[in-house]
Order: sequence, then C-alpha cells, then structure tokens
Amino acid sequence: MKELASSTPAILLLVIGSYYIGTLLYRRLRSAWVHPIVVSMILVIATLLLLGIDYPTFKQGAAFLDFLLGPSVVALGYLLYEQMGHLRGREIIILVATLVGGLVGIGSVIALGLLFNLDDALIASLQPKSATMPIALPLSQQWGGIESVTAIVVFFTGLIGSIVGPWILEKCGITNPIARGLALGSASHGIGTSRAIELGALEGAVSGLAIGLTGVTISLLIPLFEWITG
Amino acid sequence: MIKGISIILLFYLLGNAISHLIGGFVPGSVCGMLLLFAALCARWVKPESVRGVSLALTQNMAVLFVPAGVGIMAYYGLIAQHWVAIVTITVVCTLLVLISVGAIAQYLDKNFNNKKSTSDK
Repeated sequence: MKELASSTPAILLLVIGSYYIGTLLYRRLRSAWVHPIVVSMILVIATLLLLGIDYPTFKQGAAFLDFLLGPSVVALGYLLYEQMGHLRGREIIILVATLVGGLVGIGSVIALGLLFNLDDALIASLQPKSATMPIALPLSQQWGGIESVTAIVVFFTGLIGSIVGPWILEKCGITNPIARGLALGSASHGIGTSRAIELGALEGAVSGLAIGLTGVTISLLIPLFEWITG
Repeated sequence: MIKGISIILLFYLLGNAISHLIGGFVPGSVCGMLLLFAALCARWVKPESVRGVSLALTQNMAVLFVPAGVGIMAYYGLIAQHWVAIVTITVVCTLLVLISVGAIAQYLDKNFNNKKSTSDK
C-alpha cells in the first residue's frame, strides 16, 4: 500500500490534483494568501505525513516535475522574445534598471545576512530570491543553498511585491508605468507580474520582460559576488 | 507540438553543454533560454514553431514549484530557528529592489527616452 502511494503516478496525482483543488479555491476566494501553491503544499504535506512517506521518497516520485523546470526556463526565452517586441527603444533603460535591481538585491541579502550572522548555506538560499522560481532553485543548489528554503523565500518575496508593491511605489512617487512594471517584475518575479497586469497592459508587459532579465542578471551576478567576497 | 518539444529539448541540451564548458557558473536552463532567445531574434527558429509548447510550459509553471515547497517539511527546524532573520531580510531586500528599480527606471525614462514618454498616455 505504501509502495503504491509513493509510486510516481500516485505522487504526480497528489501534486497536480492538489494544485487543481488550489486553483478552484483561488477562483472562489481571490486572495493572494490562498495561492494554489500554498493550498497544494499544505495538502501534499498533510497527505505525506498521514501516509508516513518521507520527503526524499516523495522527491523521487516527483522527479518528472523537477525535470520539467529546465525546459520551462528555456521556454521563457520565447516569452522574452515576444515581450521584447513591445518595448523597442527602451532596451537600455530596461537593462540598466534590472542590473541595478540585481546588484541591490544580492548585495543587500549578503550584507543583512552577515549582520544577522547567518551561515553560508542560508545566505546562498536567500540571494536568488528575486529570480523566478525555476531559475532561483538551481541557483540555490549550485551555490550551496537549500532548495526548499529558497522555494519558500521566493514565494514570500512574490507575495510581498504583489500585496504592498503598488502601494509602496505610489508612496515613493513612482508613477511611470514602465518603472512600475519593471519594479514589480524585478523584485517579485511572476507573482509581482500578475499584480502588474492588473495595473495595466504596459505594466504587465514590462514586468514579464523583467522576470527573464532579472533571472539572467542574478545568474551572472551571484558568481561575481562570490568571487568578490572570496 | 512534437517539433516544438524537440526544439526546446535541443536548446536545453545545448544550454547544458555550454554551462558545462564555462565551468557551470550559469545554470544550463538559463543558457538554453538565452540561446533560444538569440535564435529567435536571428530568425534561425520561427516563433510559431515553439509558441505552443512554450506557452503550455510557462502558463502552468507554478505547479512545478510545489515539490520544492513541500521540502519545508524536511527543513522546518532550520526555518523555525532563523525565521526572524529570514523574514526581515526577505521583506527589506524585496522592498529595496522594488524602490531602486522603480526610481532608476522612472528617472531614465524621463531623462533619456528617445521616444515620447508613456507617462502622459
């Protein structure tokens, strides 16, 4: 019975089925806190605890989903291409802003991490947090972080941007739609972008572009910071 | 669809090869994404041929994050022990990125934009 419950089809059904339930709930309640990922995570963890299946066994059964993260990132190249078309003439602004975002993001994590006396593994788990999840997860593993801590932090980062982002931007006098879209996408990846889409079409397009660019920028900047700090 | 899947897998494989060649400091999937983007810009790959599979993969991507998130059950102790630092860093750093990117982009768009500003649209 336990063998059947931890087989690949059972694990995939558990993850995808609980995610489906999450989307149904999200459609009814429309709150960022009941994001399908959260609902799905809670349902999966509860089921695993109930059946006595440990995390490594679960992870083995879910290997197919992990594999699909790679092709999904490659597919982002297509989205980047599609979005680039809307934004001709502003390439420099967009590149400079995402570069600044990457520098501020990683630099501030390292500085505060040292201030809090966190060990290297936790800092490595936190530094890719503004990257989109499929890029942040391999970056965390690659630089000695803990993938699962990164997953939680990346998700939380998205929520912060989507819940208080537009309000903070308004308080800081940032009203330009391009600036707002870039800020939300660079700080809070896909979850920030879904909020940016609600602000306007231009905000949404720029924000979508910022997801891919921020992912690339952070991939390149982490080794640079690693090299500087030795 | 089969053609699109083949192209995506080919670029993923190429990306992994390049990542390996440069010592692995950029993940293979990110290299593959940049290669696909470049190939689309250079018209080596027709956008229509990868459109379907790309949208299918990216529109439902969130479900792929669940397995990593479930790992919280294995690292609960570590997160509980450092939660103040983790929450503070996440909130402060996210807001710093948000404000710095917004401020820089607004400044640049106002002063160096060669097109008409979009803010008055």
